[in-house]
Amino acid sequence: MSSWQLLLDGFAAALTPVNLLYALIGVTLGTLVGVLPGIGPAMTVALLLPVTFTVPSTSAFIMFAGIYYGGMYGGSTTSILLNTPGESSSMITALEGNKMARRGRAAQALATAAIGSFVAGTIATALLVVAAPAVVSFAIAFGPADYFALAILAFTAVSSVLSRSVVRGLASLGLGLVIGLVGIDQQTGQARLTLGIPQLLDGIDVVIVAVGLFALGECLYVASRLRHVPPEIVPVGRAWMGRSDWRRSWAPWLRGTALGFPFGALPGGGAEIPTFLSYAAEKRLARGVAREEYGKGAIEGVAGPEAANNASAAGTLVPLLTLGLPTSATAAILLAAFQQYGLQPGPQLFEHNPALVWGMIASLFIGNAMLLVLNLPMAPLWARILRIPRPYLYAGIVVFAALGVYALNATVVDLFVLYILGLLGFAMRRFGLPVAPAVIGMILGPMAEIQLRRALAIGAGDPTVLVSSPISIVLLLLAALALLTPVLKKLTTRRHPQE
Amino acid sequence: MRLRVFAAVAALSLAALTGCGAQGGGTSADALRIMAPAAPGGGWDQTSRVAEQALKAADPQRRVEVFNVPGAGGTIGLAQLAGEKGNGNLLMTMGLVMVGAIEQNKSKVTLSETTPIAKLTEEYEIVVVPAASPFKTLADLVAAWKTDPAKVSVSGGSAGGTDHIVAGLMAKAAGVDPKQVNYIAHSGGGEALNELLGNQVSAGISGVSEFAEHVRSGKLRALGVTSGARLPDLDVPTLKEAGLDVELANWRGFVAPGELSDADRAALTDLVTKMHDAQPWKDAVAKNGWIDSFQTGQEFADYLNAEQTRVKGIIAEMGLVS
Repeated sequence: MSSWQLLLDGFAAALTPVNLLYALIGVTLGTLVGVLPGIGPAMTVALLLPVTFTVPSTSAFIMFAGIYYGGMYGGSTTSILLNTPGESSSMITALEGNKMARRGRAAQALATAAIGSFVAGTIATALLVVAAPAVVSFAIAFGPADYFALAILAFTAVSSVLSRSVVRGLASLGLGLVIGLVGIDQQTGQARLTLGIPQLLDGIDVVIVAVGLFALGECLYVASRLRHVPPEIVPVGRAWMGRSDWRRSWAPWLRGTALGFPFGALPGGGAEIPTFLSYAAEKRLARGVAREEYGKGAIEGVAGPEAANNASAAGTLVPLLTLGLPTSATAAILLAAFQQYGLQPGPQLFEHNPALVWGMIASLFIGNAMLLVLNLPMAPLWARILRIPRPYLYAGIVVFAALGVYALNATVVDLFVLYILGLLGFAMRRFGLPVAPAVIGMILGPMAEIQLRRALAIGAGDPTVLVSSPISIVLLLLAALALLTPVLKKLTTRRHPQE
Repeated sequence: MRLRVFAAVAALSLAALTGCGAQGGGTSADALRIMAPAAPGGGWDQTSRVAEQALKAADPQRRVEVFNVPGAGGTIGLAQLAGEKGNGNLLMTMGLVMVGAIEQNKSKVTLSETTPIAKLTEEYEIVVVPAASPFKTLADLVAAWKTDPAKVSVSGGSAGGTDHIVAGLMAKAAGVDPKQVNYIAHSGGGEALNELLGNQVSAGISGVSEFAEHVRSGKLRALGVTSGARLPDLDVPTLKEAGLDVELANWRGFVAPGELSDADRAALTDLVTKMHDAQPWKDAVAKNGWIDSFQTGQEFADYLNAEQTRVKGIIAEMGLVS
């Protein structure tokens, strides 16, 4: 039977009323946990694992897949409206999205995020059907040296576009690197910067850092200025995307998808890195109005990263289904769910359980469509949140941030860490340091370190191992290019001052 | 109106939150609570949740609930358990990994502050190389190891975890200094698997169930398993047969808080024995490929002591104590 025929059978299995209900429950739950800071899809699926004792396998996976995709959708809403990302993968969305919201373009930002997620999710799911084997061999070819080169590329791409002041950007990045060091060193098992607190041995969760620096810092900053500055009046603006919004969104959607899908398939690639790269790429490619608007709320900076994080969710399923290789926290929990049903994902899964696999893939298409229908009409409604008086609104955010972070590990230590980071975030805003590089440093720093040490250990200490594969050479060359372009540009403009 | 909408959203999300976070909530005295000292989804969590089902089948009157206390190889949960002295309605799932983590993290609380109840299951470890590797047998690997330990990279789970302990014990048996093992630690089996499939490392160590599928499909070559005898469904020699005197089981079991009354201890042991005989437990053991190694009372207490001594020794020899 051809893939096409199997996919049609999958749709037949997924389109039963019961399974549609499970898909609906999944996407609704997923959107909800995506909106809440701290609680993510991985934790939700994990807590729902016991349903595998009673629910048939196809229905359970349809629901889990819905939660996964829904979480990627929901995270953007609070990013855009309140500058408080619900997930680390929608952090970048806050940069331009929140600026758009403040200019009265919240509905457009939410719409481009929702439609971009739909487009990316659909294309990436289609790629999952046709390109799975090719993507898997690409992912396996990635060794530690290549990951190190990738981290270097992400560092240079991001740091050269994120901040107007290089020094401030680097200072913030350094803060993030230090936060990333906390915890047990993976290679040697030694504790670093834990101050003797056992709860810090596993490091500080990226969610706590993102919520603390972004959400709490923002709340404190708003509170500190409440009495001094007259409330800024947020213009309501038009409800839907205009023709120029569409024109400016479609290419970033497609580029975001192209970045997100392969990164999702990489173990350790994650959903964050493609959003950084997409943001950087869109900023580089911006011309005309977009160039003017970047930093003040450009729709491209929302469309690209949102597409990238959804496409990466589909990418994650490629190695999971074909090799039994989990590449994200959620995928690891899904793997546990497969094992609960006595199924071992891997080369044999497609042959032995075609009904399950293709039913799940079909349900991804259905869940995506459901999410669009669910989210698009909500965009103008959500946008009205901005009209809630700010004291109530931000008090609510503080409560949700604390609840979400406490729910992660149920320890008070996490709350203290959250508040300290919140104060840090406030101080950074007060003194004009950008917050995003800190979170990026904390995500990329540990990855760069661990992969560098792994690569060197495998190469028995020989540094040439870092440039021994074609992938790493290409990535490092791209990084050098990203670093040198602004310098060269400056040189050439100096030579032609009239330009 | 708008406020009311917001309040409704808030209430709804709160309901969802408490639904997710209710693991820590108070319950009536006769409910048995099982602590999984790890995040949801891992081995201890899975064991705890299967036990919950089996206990409910064994004793339908008894209320059972599982809660998670993740962090630091289970030592955060251990510290919490130690604070519940004399509580006869609490069990904690634990295992070999916790014994190692206590040593490595220099945990203030040790297993001496708990009451051993039962050992439940064992899983064995498997040593593999990529299909394209020049090492055909364990002897090939050991020979290369003896020549230059730095050139043989061994990939596996977290530093000081079961996989690393196996690597240390193997080195010791082969006459290589355990400190010299070039061990590439990963947060989980998945990442380690990726490096093996991509032929980036010399060898890998993990639980049999993590690699079995790939050994059968020929993508990985198995050199040995850490069991005492060959496993029934996998034709791979034991490490002993292949020439290294190493035997190790990644076991899991239950402990209860310390200073437990004899009556409570007997009641918990009785309950866990009933659970072990229940059908859901037997099904889960078969489905997950666990080895049933049920042990209670003094027998388990002695086993626990012996394991602590052995793990403490090898962790120190590998230079892993922080």
